[in-house]
Amino acid sequence: MQLDVRLPIGLLFAVLGLLLTGYGLLGDPAVYQVSLGINVNLWTGVGMLAFGAFMLGGAWLRTR
Amino acid sequence: MHLHGIDYAILALYFVFVLGIGAALKRFMKTSLDFFESGRSLAAWITGLAFISANLGAQEVIGMAASGAKYGIMTSHFYWLGAIPAMIFVGVFMMPFYYGSRAHSVPEYLRLRFDEKTRALNAVSFAVMTLFSSGISMYVMGRLFQLLLGWDINVSIVVSAVVVLVYILLGGLTSSIYNEVLQFFLIVFGFLPLAFVGLLNAGGWDGLQTRLSTVATDAGYAAGAWTQSWQHLGSPAANPMGVEWFGMAMGLGFVLSFGYWCTDFLVIQRAMAAKSMNAARRTPLLAAIPKMIFPFLVILPGMIAIAILPKSAFVFNGATDYNMAMPLMLQKFYPPGLLGLGLTALVASFMSGMAGNVTAFNTVWTYDIYKPYLRSHGTDAHYMWMGRMATVFGTLASVATAYVAMRFGNIMDLLQLVFSFINAPLFATFLLGMFWARATANGAFWGLLSGTGAAAVHYAMTGVGAAAMSKLHAYPSDMAQNFWGAIWAWSACFVVTIVISLVTAPRRSEDLKGLVYSLTPRIREDEQAWYRRPAVLAVVVGVAAIVLNIYFW
Repeated sequence: MQLDVRLPIGLLFAVLGLLLTGYGLLGDPAVYQVSLGINVNLWTGVGMLAFGAFMLGGAWLRTR
Repeated sequence: MHLHGIDYAILALYFVFVLGIGAALKRFMKTSLDFFESGRSLAAWITGLAFISANLGAQEVIGMAASGAKYGIMTSHFYWLGAIPAMIFVGVFMMPFYYGSRAHSVPEYLRLRFDEKTRALNAVSFAVMTLFSSGISMYVMGRLFQLLLGWDINVSIVVSAVVVLVYILLGGLTSSIYNEVLQFFLIVFGFLPLAFVGLLNAGGWDGLQTRLSTVATDAGYAAGAWTQSWQHLGSPAANPMGVEWFGMAMGLGFVLSFGYWCTDFLVIQRAMAAKSMNAARRTPLLAAIPKMIFPFLVILPGMIAIAILPKSAFVFNGATDYNMAMPLMLQKFYPPGLLGLGLTALVASFMSGMAGNVTAFNTVWTYDIYKPYLRSHGTDAHYMWMGRMATVFGTLASVATAYVAMRFGNIMDLLQLVFSFINAPLFATFLLGMFWARATANGAFWGLLSGTGAAAVHYAMTGVGAAAMSKLHAYPSDMAQNFWGAIWAWSACFVVTIVISLVTAPRRSEDLKGLVYSLTPRIREDEQAWYRRPAVLAVVVGVAAIVLNIYFW
């Protein structure tokens, strides 16, 4: 028996995803001048959040 | 480069999770099998991601971007030619012997197949080499952050060493593997937006090609030299690497690549932690999939950097330093937030590279040096204690190496050269050992020494460029000399092993069962679903690599 690796990875990505999404939504939009006007924090944050949820879902399914 | 609060928050969260994984794994570390081999219990996708991540140190992220800027798409040969074929070979043909023999490590396989002295030679050189590379990695990290962020180099080295030490002491190999998997995803999410935004800025692949053709013609090459991987390999003068196709294919594609991916315990250890023979064989094959895609994450940003940034951007303290390609790109395109994620991915790849070396070291030290030569009848708990001591010692030695590298750069270059001599012939020994039952222990031992000798002699007798007038042969570039040296070393080892084997007494074939291809029953994978069969995966991965080579021909 081992710790399911998807648990810590899912958790970290969910937390980081939330952080980046929140920053992308609430932060100053002027900072995205460097990234060609694209809100990269929002997009990456949403991607990480989805990936984190996917990992956590996998871990949860196995324990059921 | 200036960091904001959110960037520090991301980095801090990463550290919390890394240490948390170690703490959560502590209660699963009951026997030495758990500590050194993860209880041989991990799923193939986990060991597969660890297999490439252990190799994906930050030197690779930084170095491959640098090569992308310096040589263009030809850098992809380190992946599509210099990694994928070897990864297929180790998974399909060699893993059955590593995983199936009762060996704990690659040197131990050499003892079972050949003898004690061949194992000792391999174990000692490997142990020294791992400490050395983890020390170098620490130094490179410290220097990079000093240059980029003004962080104190001592703080970088000590903090990373302590974190790595703590999580390996707590969770052993499993800790290291889990953090490698975590790092893999951080690299993907941290660098994918960079490739995307960078490519958008350069006007897509077409726009990038146009810009790079100017770079190529300015440097005196044909317009496609930066964007076509094979077209300009006809003569060394036609491409920035200064290599021709034969040296590239044989030196990098065969000798160096197979020597690394098929015999280096750092990566093989990950596969040996898999839960079954089938999972162990699939480890390098699954790893080959992301490995094929990495060039878009690490080489492409380097190519974009040289295409859109002025040459002067790469000049630091009066010298051109392409290693700054990746950091320059992060600085140019990343806002606060993503900048923290990108840096965290870099920190993660530095630390997991270090941890990979330390876990390979503690296993080889304990199983291949301490147990056979120093104390052979200890209890299991004793060896586990020794593994932890070796972890402490290994980390301290790495830190010491980092400081030596800082003070005496040229000693490090010399050592790196000596290690390349030792590594070059290795694959000949394994190839003959696994596929030729007649190969004997003395043949292997003297073959290895001859190969290393041949590499050293080759290096002494040849040179690079105009400075090599007095030498026997002048190569157009360092890379050509390196590739050809490997070819000579491999050939010397191959021939000498065969000749000496033929004049020494063979071992009884009963003793070689499970160690040599012709004397081992074939593994039947028919009962597995098709997507779990190594042969099927090998074909899929192989075809994909060929398509990539042709597309960027």
